[in-house]
This record gives sequence, C-alpha cells and structure tokens, in this order.
Amino acid sequence: MIDQLSAGQRMVGQTEAGPAPEVGPPVTVIRPSRGWAPLDLGELWRFRELFYFLTWRDIKVRYKQTVLGATWAILQPVFTMVVFSLFFGKLAKIPSDGIPYPIFSYAALVPWTFFSNGLSLSANSLVGNQNLITKIYFPRLAIPAATVLGGLVDFGLAFLVMVAMMLGYGVVLTWNVMWLPALVLLALVATLGGALWLSALNVRYRDVRFAVPFLVQFWLFITPIAYPSSLLDQPWRTLYAINPMAGVVEGFRWALLGADTAPGPMIAVSTVAALGLLISGAFAFRRMERTFADVV
Amino acid sequence: MSEPAIRVENLGKCYRIGHLRQRHNTLRDAVEERFRSLIPGLTARLRGRSGDRGNEETIWALDGVTFEIPRGQVLGIIGSNGAGKSTLLKVLSRITEPTTGRAEIRGRVGSLLEVGTGFHSELTGRENIYLNGAILGMTRAEIDSRFGAIVEFSEIERFLDTPVKRYSSGMYLRLAFAVAAHLEPEVLLVDEVLAVGDAAFQKKCLGKMNEIAGHGRTVLFVSHNMMAIEELCDRVIWIQEGRIRMSDQPRLVIAEYLKAAVSRTTDRIWDERTSAPGNDSVRLHRACVRPMNGQSTDPINVRTPFVMEFEYWKLQPGNPLGLSLDLLNERNVLLFSVGPGDTRGPEGGSCPMGLYRDSCGVPGDILNNGWYRIGLRVHEDLRPVFRYDDILTFQVWDVPKAKGAWLGEWRGVVRPAVDWRTERIG
Repeated sequence: MIDQLSAGQRMVGQTEAGPAPEVGPPVTVIRPSRGWAPLDLGELWRFRELFYFLTWRDIKVRYKQTVLGATWAILQPVFTMVVFSLFFGKLAKIPSDGIPYPIFSYAALVPWTFFSNGLSLSANSLVGNQNLITKIYFPRLAIPAATVLGGLVDFGLAFLVMVAMMLGYGVVLTWNVMWLPALVLLALVATLGGALWLSALNVRYRDVRFAVPFLVQFWLFITPIAYPSSLLDQPWRTLYAINPMAGVVEGFRWALLGADTAPGPMIAVSTVAALGLLISGAFAFRRMERTFADVV
Repeated sequence: MSEPAIRVENLGKCYRIGHLRQRHNTLRDAVEERFRSLIPGLTARLRGRSGDRGNEETIWALDGVTFEIPRGQVLGIIGSNGAGKSTLLKVLSRITEPTTGRAEIRGRVGSLLEVGTGFHSELTGRENIYLNGAILGMTRAEIDSRFGAIVEFSEIERFLDTPVKRYSSGMYLRLAFAVAAHLEPEVLLVDEVLAVGDAAFQKKCLGKMNEIAGHGRTVLFVSHNMMAIEELCDRVIWIQEGRIRMSDQPRLVIAEYLKAAVSRTTDRIWDERTSAPGNDSVRLHRACVRPMNGQSTDPINVRTPFVMEFEYWKLQPGNPLGLSLDLLNERNVLLFSVGPGDTRGPEGGSCPMGLYRDSCGVPGDILNNGWYRIGLRVHEDLRPVFRYDDILTFQVWDVPKAKGAWLGEWRGVVRPAVDWRTERIG
C-alpha cells in the first residue's frame, strides 16, 4: 500500500503551539500490501494530464499507416447496418418498433461499436504497454482508460453518419435527445468497467486475449441491436437490462428516434449494472495492478 | 530539516520463479490452484498428476536492505548483474511492491530506469517530448517552460516535426535523455542511462548528471561505469545477492568491488586453435603477465619490472599484425596504450603465417599499487581486426614501508621513482 501525505501534515500532532508547520515535501511510503486497496482517486486526479496525453496518443496513433484511416470508424457500423438491414430486416422481417430498420439498427450500432472496440482494444492495452509498466510508475488505470476514451473520437465520427441518416429519414427530434449525453456517459461507464476487468486479467491470464472476440460476439447477440427489446414482455424486459448495453441501446433509440418504448426502467437497471461493473472493475484492477510489473 | 530524503528499512523482494512466470499464467492453473487450496485431500492427487509442483523456487532479489540517504546526497549503487540493483530502483520508484520492509521517500520522485520509455515511434519529436514528459510526471506547464532547453540539449531542432522512427539511434537517445534530464524532481532514481550512446553523448549526459547532483537534489544512481560512479557519487553501496555488501566512500567500495568482480587472471592458454578467441586473421594462443624475471604466479610490486606476453596464430599471409595493449586501473582510467612502434616483421613488408609471440616489457617504478586490467587490440594495416578487453588482470602490490614513513595510500595513478634530493643551500 502506498500513502502520500505531506510531512507538514504528519507533524501537526507533534508540534506544540509553535509556528504553523511548514508544508514539507510529499512523503511517499512504500510497503507491502495485502487484499483490497482503496481506489486513491486523489492520485488519479494528480495524474490527469497523463490521462490526457495517453488518450491523445491513442487517438493520434490509432489509424497510422492505414490506407483508409479514420474511415474505419464509419465503415464498421455502416457495413454492419447494411448487412443487418438486408438479412434481419428484409429477409427475416424482424420487427423494429415501427422505425425504418436501417436507422433502427444503426442507432444501436453506434454505441455498440464504441463498446465492442473499447473492450477489444483495451483488453490488450496493458500487455501492449509493458515497456511502460515495467519501467515507470503511474496509475496503471490510465492505460485502459485512455484506450477507451480514445474511442470517443470514433464514436463521434460514427455519430455524424447517424445525424446524416436522421436527416435523410426525416426524423423529428424530440426533447428526449437531452438525455443523450447521459446515455453516452452510461456507455462509457459500461465500457470502462469491462475494460478494467479484461485488461487486468489479461496481464496474468493471456486466455483473455482469446476469450474477448468470443465475448464480444456473444454480447452482440444478447444486446437488442438487430431486434427490439420489446420482443420481451415485462418484467423480463426490465430484467434484461442487467446487460448494461441493453439500456444504452434502447436509450439511444428512444433519445434519437423518439421511439415510444419508454425505456426508463431499463436505463435505471442498466445504470446500476454499469456502475457495478465499473466499481468492481476498479477495485479488482487495484488489487491486481501491484503485480503487473512482475507478471506481465 | 534533518530527515533523510530516502529511508529504506529491511526492504525485501521475493520472486517466485517458475511459479509466477510459467505455471500460473492460464486460468486453468488458477482454478486448479483454488481448488487445491480449498480441498486439501484433492491436493495430493492433483499434485501427483501435475508433477513437481511442490518445489516452487523462490528468489530474494532484495533481502533485508537498509540504508538512508540524506537530502542532497548522490548515492551510487554497484553490483554485478542480477545482484538486485534494478529491483531496488523498481521498488523505490513504485513499479513493483516490496515483499517485506518499508521505504520512505521525501519529495517528488522522478525515475529514469530506461531512456526513451514511452516514446512512440509514430509520433514526432515534439509530440514525444510532451508525451514522455507527462509519463515521467511533468505537468504540461512544466514541459512548456522547459521545451526550449530540452530541444537545445537534444540538438534535434531541425527534426522536431519528424516521426522519431526516422531518427538515428543517436538522435533518439539524445532526445530521450534530454526530456528525462529536464525532469526536476527532488529525488531522482537513475538506472544505467549512461550505458548507451557514443562517447560524446555519454560525456554530455555525465555533465548533465553532474549538474543535477550539484543542485542539491538527491540522486540514486545505478551504473556499471565506475568512473561515472566515482565522479558523481558521495557514497556508494555495493549490493550482492540482494544484500548490502559494503557502503562507504566511492573509492573504497569500487576498489573492493573490482577486486571481487574481476577475476584475477595472469596467465591464459588456449590450446585448440579453432576454438581460441579470435577470427580468420588471428587466434590467440597464450596471454600472460609476469615479473620480468619470474613466473605468472609470482607477485608484482610497485618496483618490479614486468612483461606482458602474447602468443597468437597469424592465419593469413601478408602484412604483419600490429598488437596494441591498453593498461587500465581499477577506476577504468587508461594509463597508457602501447604498440610495437616502428619494428617491422623480419621480411620488411610482408610476413608469413605461423605462431608468433609479442612481449612488452614495462620497467618498474611506474605503476601505483592496485588492480590493473589489460586490453588487447590487433590491427592489420591500421585496420582493427580483433579486440579483447580485460584479457588479463593483475595486482600490483605495495612494497613494505620504511619505519616512520607515511602509512597511507599513495595517491595518483602512477608512482614513478623520482630523483628527489634535499640540499642545504644556505
């Protein structure tokens, strides 16, 4: 466990009515730790600029030496949308809550792509940055977090296509759209939670590398992207939102397309689930991070 | 304040080798482990199946290390590879946790365990300065204010906006060191950064390190470069097998360390021509250093004339081979470098293949007492063809002192017999 406290503060108890103790340099205490450790949000705050620079690096480097560059951020969801529309919309005639199927699925694919890419890229982020981990100290959380945050740029690009499609389909915005930032935040929380778990586990168990593609594929099917959650009756629909992405996806449709699905309860359940994932992920990460440099 | 900048108490770091590294890396193993700890009865059976799980080996990379560094002191750490020097720096820079003990560091810590950590090859020099600075713990404002100095030190101004993957290795190192050197923490942990780069770069780095040390900052400095250690440090700790073997003035510790680390070799013979050190041009047969009138096992003292002798196979006909010898002392100072001078082979220009012997006699009353190392270099037509550092090491003993004489060490790298007279002239 590592504490940072000012020498000045430490001496307060010992000084008697003398002049106010000068604030000395920070004292770092290094000693072995066991079990669960507190999150130390203060330290994360002190390193906020590192978060910024690592995110900036991930964004800058992401599409280096690719021919299509940032176009990839759009190609992925757009092509998936086309395929889904053809097979699920046209052929299988899956209902879409009265919304044209392409925009129905694309509204879900925008946050979904952010989530799935965030998980896949961050799972390998710690292992990919082992030169940093074994040579320098900083809150290790910054690495998967920066990878996830870097995905927001892709998200923004994919969202531009969403806006274009909404114009094309003549979607009329409702006040629901005010909730969009909160829904993006929810997607971020869920992604970060998953990212912390997977990246930390991957340091020790490289099985994760193989499990992630499978996990993401599996998660795609249990999230209402190609189909509406209205296929389920209550209370199962609300319970279904234990998958945090279910709430995010239905929330996006509701906020952007004005679908009258009233996903309030779902979003509430998903928020609890996402926060649970993030908090447990953060603690698990803290617990595992102390051996990263030895194991990676 | 008299509180030390760094206080380390009984610090220990234990690695489980074979266990952590190889056997615990899949989920299956972890699950199995859990089960075994839950159900003792199962343990035996599982162990029977999976073989020699019982004898996990552990290694104490650090074991009961205790020391203090007052503020403003530069402490050097020396020791052979794997002695625990780097582990100590890793624990102090919080990269890895200790297994036992504790350490307290007063002040902002900057660590420089590798030059260029966190550089991204796709990013430009300018971008890497910011990225690397942030990783090392500088704020953006700090980097902004030192940007000019960093660029000036690194001498890469023209290439600031070029991706560093296009840099030469020298440019890359200069930039990386420049960023790190302008980190201005109260406590700086440095590992072997001088081991890279050319002589000019090393000199520049050393100068910068000197400047940092001069500014009253506390520095912990790991290096194999004894010259650098002696020049920079106020005190040196010698670590061996995870424990502190010695802690004292740099000169004393370094001398002891070299005595133990450099195996004493005054006579070496290679019988097999094919496996002897060398190459297609030359292979060594024998190297020895001995008193002028004695064997290689006889002691050499400050008054003894001695001979450095080399026998070698010359494997190509043609120009004679030119040998030159470097004599270095325990502090890595080159005392002299000698060669055969103008003497040519018996046939003037060319000389045949065969076994040759070169002897180099050195008069007595030149070397001070201490440990010496000989490096051999072989040239053909001024073209270096072979080099063997530390081919021989030997000790020059002091001579018994006259009664009432000065009992301390003679200072200086040489100890010539001087013609000293005292006359009454008035």
